[in-house]
Amino acid sequence: AGAMAARRGAEEMRERVVLGEFGVRNVHTTDFPGNYPGYDDAWDQLRFEQGFRVDVVREEEDTLEFDMVGIDAAIANAFRRILLAEVPTMAVEKVFVYNNTSIVQDEILAHRLGLIPIRADPRLFEYRNQGDEEGTEIDTLQFQLKIKCSRNPQAAKESSDPNELYINHKVYSKHMTWVPLGNQPDLFPDANFRPVHDDILIAQLRPGQEIDVLMHCVKGIGKDHAKFSPVATASYRLLPDITLLQPVEDEAAELLQKCFSPGVIEVQSIKGKKVARVANARLDTFSREVFRHESLKNLVRLARVRNHYIFSVESTGILPPDVLVSEAIKILMGKCQRFLNELDSVPME
Amino acid sequence: VQADGTDGNCVTFVLHDEDHTLGNSLRYMVMKNPDVEFCGYCITHPSESKINFRIQTRGSLPAVEPFRKGLNDLMGVCQHVLNTFEVRLLPQDFRDLF
Repeated sequence: AGAMAARRGAEEMRERVVLGEFGVRNVHTTDFPGNYPGYDDAWDQLRFEQGFRVDVVREEEDTLEFDMVGIDAAIANAFRRILLAEVPTMAVEKVFVYNNTSIVQDEILAHRLGLIPIRADPRLFEYRNQGDEEGTEIDTLQFQLKIKCSRNPQAAKESSDPNELYINHKVYSKHMTWVPLGNQPDLFPDANFRPVHDDILIAQLRPGQEIDVLMHCVKGIGKDHAKFSPVATASYRLLPDITLLQPVEDEAAELLQKCFSPGVIEVQSIKGKKVARVANARLDTFSREVFRHESLKNLVRLARVRNHYIFSVESTGILPPDVLVSEAIKILMGKCQRFLNELDSVPME
Repeated sequence: VQADGTDGNCVTFVLHDEDHTLGNSLRYMVMKNPDVEFCGYCITHPSESKINFRIQTRGSLPAVEPFRKGLNDLMGVCQHVLNTFEVRLLPQDFRDLF
């Protein structure tokens, strides 16, 4: 019996991150070879492949929610970091201001233009070489924004609505037009490079003011500047695991249901008594409200499954989220390959 | 990549232009190797993007071997994750075609 309890304790330490009242226990991965007698923890690709699976929970135009089961925190976090900072996109980098008589300063205007997501597949372009000021057709996209605000001659005499009084007084991202460079019309005959959203307000004008700028978009990564990040956000959480250590009945069951997010605990009537049951632990956000009630504190064990990650990826619209995840995995492979090549080429002494 | 250390069993690699992204995942893969006695990485200074990655092996195995094996294992993991992920997305695409 002592051995069984010890094994159960080891199982818990290996597979669950436990949320106690005042802190979180068993946070770090401990299943390395030699730590647990009786377990073979050496890396085995076959065992990994048998235990690994991916389930896509929800897939919409811009968001993707999927589960990765059987992988470790280090690698899941590496994917998340790459999604945020190392998947390349195209964004406005240089703004050539020919005329700007609006009240938005040049540098503020340039900053705002840089943050606009551009619908252009970055895999079709190269990175710009260091020190190259002009930009060639394989690494640069050129956009023009030329707009002038004027008074509307047909407006009523006493109206005070700016929409009626002025023409072109709001500068939206739909006013940005693509100016093909060199042989880009031949390279991209069907492409229609434009900002992802047409209704991003860039600046506001009044009659007589005009903006005339030329923009160069280049390929970059989020590590360099956050405007190049392709995701609105990419995050993951671990699958919650709620176990009731003892049966909970009647008022305690009702109270328990209120302590968790809706849908997590279900109260059923069995033989006239109300009994609580864990219906769907995945929905819980772990506010740990149970620990505030003395009567319920010891009846529940809150934990998370250590190797089950629920990823949520929201794209800004440049690339669909499933393409982003594939690109992130390929980038991690590219990093490993780079070091393998260096190991083979540089002689070690 | 630079390496220095005594007698080839304990080696510190200096990886340039890397951070926790590769450092932590590579450390995990190398630790899974039963021949490795110690594996760790640290970022020398947050303003410089380089990491010190140290491997010490049991016995007489040269430390470059677990490093190479760790990189290969990590590539295998990524390849499998990519394949599984893309297969999992396929049925959706097929359904959209109909």
